[in-house]
Amino acid sequence: MAGSNFKDKNIQDVIGWVLRGGVIVSMAVVFIGGVIYLYRHGSSTVSYRQFQGVPAFVQSIGGIINGILNLRGRAIIQAGIILLIATPVVRVIFSAIGFILEKDYLYTAITLFVLLVIIIGMLTGRGG
Amino acid sequence: MSVYLLTIIILAGSYFAGLLGSLTGLGGGVVIIPLLTVLLHVDIHYAIGASLISVIATSSGSAAAYVREGITNIRIGMFLEIATTVGALVGATLSLYIHTPIIAVLFGVILIFSALMSLKKKVENISQTESVWAEKLKLNGSYPTPDGQVVKYGVRKVGGGFFMMLFAGIISGLLGIGSGSLKVVAMDSIMRIPFKVSTTTSNFMIGVTAAASAVVYLQRGYIDPGLSMPVVLGVLLGALTGSKILVHAKSSGWLRWVFAVIVTILAVQMIYNGITGKI
Repeated sequence: MAGSNFKDKNIQDVIGWVLRGGVIVSMAVVFIGGVIYLYRHGSSTVSYRQFQGVPAFVQSIGGIINGILNLRGRAIIQAGIILLIATPVVRVIFSAIGFILEKDYLYTAITLFVLLVIIIGMLTGRGG
Repeated sequence: MSVYLLTIIILAGSYFAGLLGSLTGLGGGVVIIPLLTVLLHVDIHYAIGASLISVIATSSGSAAAYVREGITNIRIGMFLEIATTVGALVGATLSLYIHTPIIAVLFGVILIFSALMSLKKKVENISQTESVWAEKLKLNGSYPTPDGQVVKYGVRKVGGGFFMMLFAGIISGLLGIGSGSLKVVAMDSIMRIPFKVSTTTSNFMIGVTAAASAVVYLQRGYIDPGLSMPVVLGVLLGALTGSKILVHAKSSGWLRWVFAVIVTILAVQMIYNGITGKI
């Protein structure tokens, strides 16, 4: 791939920044949420022995947004976790754009397929 | 137990897990799950969810550095991610139907395998044979060495590697780990990709693989914010510390042995708990 080296390097730089930025931002959000959660609920008792899912207010996007507006710690943590999960997905989207710019259509197709698999997981996760 | 106390214990334990996982190359996930389930009696589904989140954080964090150095082969990563993401979805779906004791036993077996793999001597092999498929998929590549040279390598047995990656993806989705050791087997032993490239590319892929199953876990309520918060922060800080130490101390041979023994004991405990139905 002699002629395309320059652009490959560009993709690498962008991907590097996306990954680093995503981790830093999401961890900062998780940390802030954690501090609020401990401040509000630090002395309550908690047990994870029995699986009972997560509290209802962090189960849906609407609930999380509502929770953030009310400064609920666990809603903020969950938002940070969603940002973290989104980081590699955004990386895949940027790879796709990079391959399109390089006119590497084989890899554009491969990348879009990977994206499709993740979207299928999002849409069918609850049903299966 | 109060939220304060549990958070501090999990934070400290996760830091330790992240540190050891990074020093030995096993990854934080394989350590954090036995820690949470065997020692703190956390339900395995919550443990798997929290572990998977920490896996995304550590792999994305370290992949960022390697990608910019140009060692990671993005095309090999992207191509094999087809297999790992499909596998991860299958694994995450299976985790609903497979009984907890079987998951615990399977986890123990993979844990022992990972420990053995971490002891294996790493021999650099640079293959120059290029298979037809590797040529068609543009997988053959090159990487820079510290002294400024460029090493070219060929890739073989693309089909075999792809199949192994499918399996690695299923295990990752089922057990909430990065299954880095299986990914390295596929790339290193089967496809004969140089060790430096296979480890960094495996790391690069782990985040996407984990994200594919994490979207399923999130909807199933496996990812509890109160538990995931100390786990992800602890493991990430531990892994960061580990990567700093690793630069200074090259000979971590004895540490790997000690760690392999500890991990094996935890693994046996998990298998025992699984068989006797205590988990």
